[in-house]
Amino acid sequence: MQRLFDFLYSYRAFLFFVLLETISGWLIVKNNNYQSSAFFNSSNYYAASILKTKSNINEYFSLKEVNAELVRENTRLNNALIIERQKKSLYKEKKSDSLKTHQFEFIAARVINVSSRRANNYITINKGTEDSVREFMGVVSPQGLVGRVKKCSEHFSTVISLLHDRMYISSKIKTKNIDGTIGWDGKNPRIVNLRHVPIHHTVAAGDTVITSGYNAIYPEGIMIGIVQKAQVNERAEYEIDVLLSTDFSMLTYVYVIDNKLRPEIDSLERATMEGTDR
Amino acid sequence: MKPKDLVISLVYFLIFGALQILLFFNMALFGYAFCYIYLGFLLILPIDTPKLLMMLIGMGTGLIIDIFYDTLGIHTAACVLIAFLRPHIINILTPRGGYDTGSQISLSSLGFQWVATYATLLILIHHLVLFFLESWGFHIFFFTLLKAICSTLFTLTVFLLSQYLFYSPRGYK
Repeated sequence: MQRLFDFLYSYRAFLFFVLLETISGWLIVKNNNYQSSAFFNSSNYYAASILKTKSNINEYFSLKEVNAELVRENTRLNNALIIERQKKSLYKEKKSDSLKTHQFEFIAARVINVSSRRANNYITINKGTEDSVREFMGVVSPQGLVGRVKKCSEHFSTVISLLHDRMYISSKIKTKNIDGTIGWDGKNPRIVNLRHVPIHHTVAAGDTVITSGYNAIYPEGIMIGIVQKAQVNERAEYEIDVLLSTDFSMLTYVYVIDNKLRPEIDSLERATMEGTDR
Repeated sequence: MKPKDLVISLVYFLIFGALQILLFFNMALFGYAFCYIYLGFLLILPIDTPKLLMMLIGMGTGLIIDIFYDTLGIHTAACVLIAFLRPHIINILTPRGGYDTGSQISLSSLGFQWVATYATLLILIHHLVLFFLESWGFHIFFFTLLKAICSTLFTLTVFLLSQYLFYSPRGYK
């Protein structure tokens, strides 16, 4: 017994090292699934305040670009609004229609931290549960799709960027209605891949890729990017490179999408799944 | 470790931490080279820091950096490894005649060659572990390796420059 203790004592540094590495490993694994604790990330109050102060200072240097971007977006929205008004005067709404036209609500938020060069990228924004941001909500920018909310604190949230190896977005090619899945291979922060496209379809460079709306997170038709290169490889699969419309290094303002009908869709789908299991 | 060393170490922690979060946070030279200068704090802790305390400090540092980067556990794992390996590497690199008691890791007391070798070894190990943990596997091996090596050069340069800034050539007392 004494010798056992002597042995343990003489290797205490190594054993302690193994213990600490085990804790770190456990943290990594735990952080990788979505139920990690809200304290240990950048939506934490203290970390977020430091990041916010930093972005307050940096913001002055990008005011010009942000203004230009907002003017462009205003023009686009004004044009869309005029078309919608004309449509409305032509057709009268039914009750269920009015609920569906208000299905998605947008919450504007400022980006206080963003990365695009790491293997898995996250974004911190300055809206949290108090501004009715919830986990799993979609996040878009004026240019296109950005990501999905991972964790919320009262005043801040962290967002999993599209540039993350576990982010898959159900998407389609705009005019041709060809479905696929968007995923990132971890290399170039401007390029993502469109996967699972059957090879009997023809995809060409210049096609526009948008969200398909097959899940309750994003509405249909949010811009993702433009096909840059499409070719069939030796395993008879399409390899499609898509140039992202969102430039993550320039991200300043984003919108969080609140889907009002999401609880209804989720419970209906769950009920259907349970029904087929039986 | 004397109380004076503790205060000095705390000041270095704040300096290196602030550099990391405020200046080098998302900086990527050429899209490949990152600078994890906070590592400098672990590198210049006094030589006679007890092993177990060293590992606890490493863990704490990694955890704080992880909170900012949203990569819980990755920096922690790499820093604990560095804290564990550091005494062994210091042993291997012992200059002729051994270390003076209570000596600092600095250019003035150990010379450029010693500090450069020591820093290169530890920074390289740290960055390799960090980038492979981050990409979670070896599926983009050469891309990750390239990133790790470029980042090592970047961090090393900034670390050595910081040493010239912090220490006067006449020696630090």
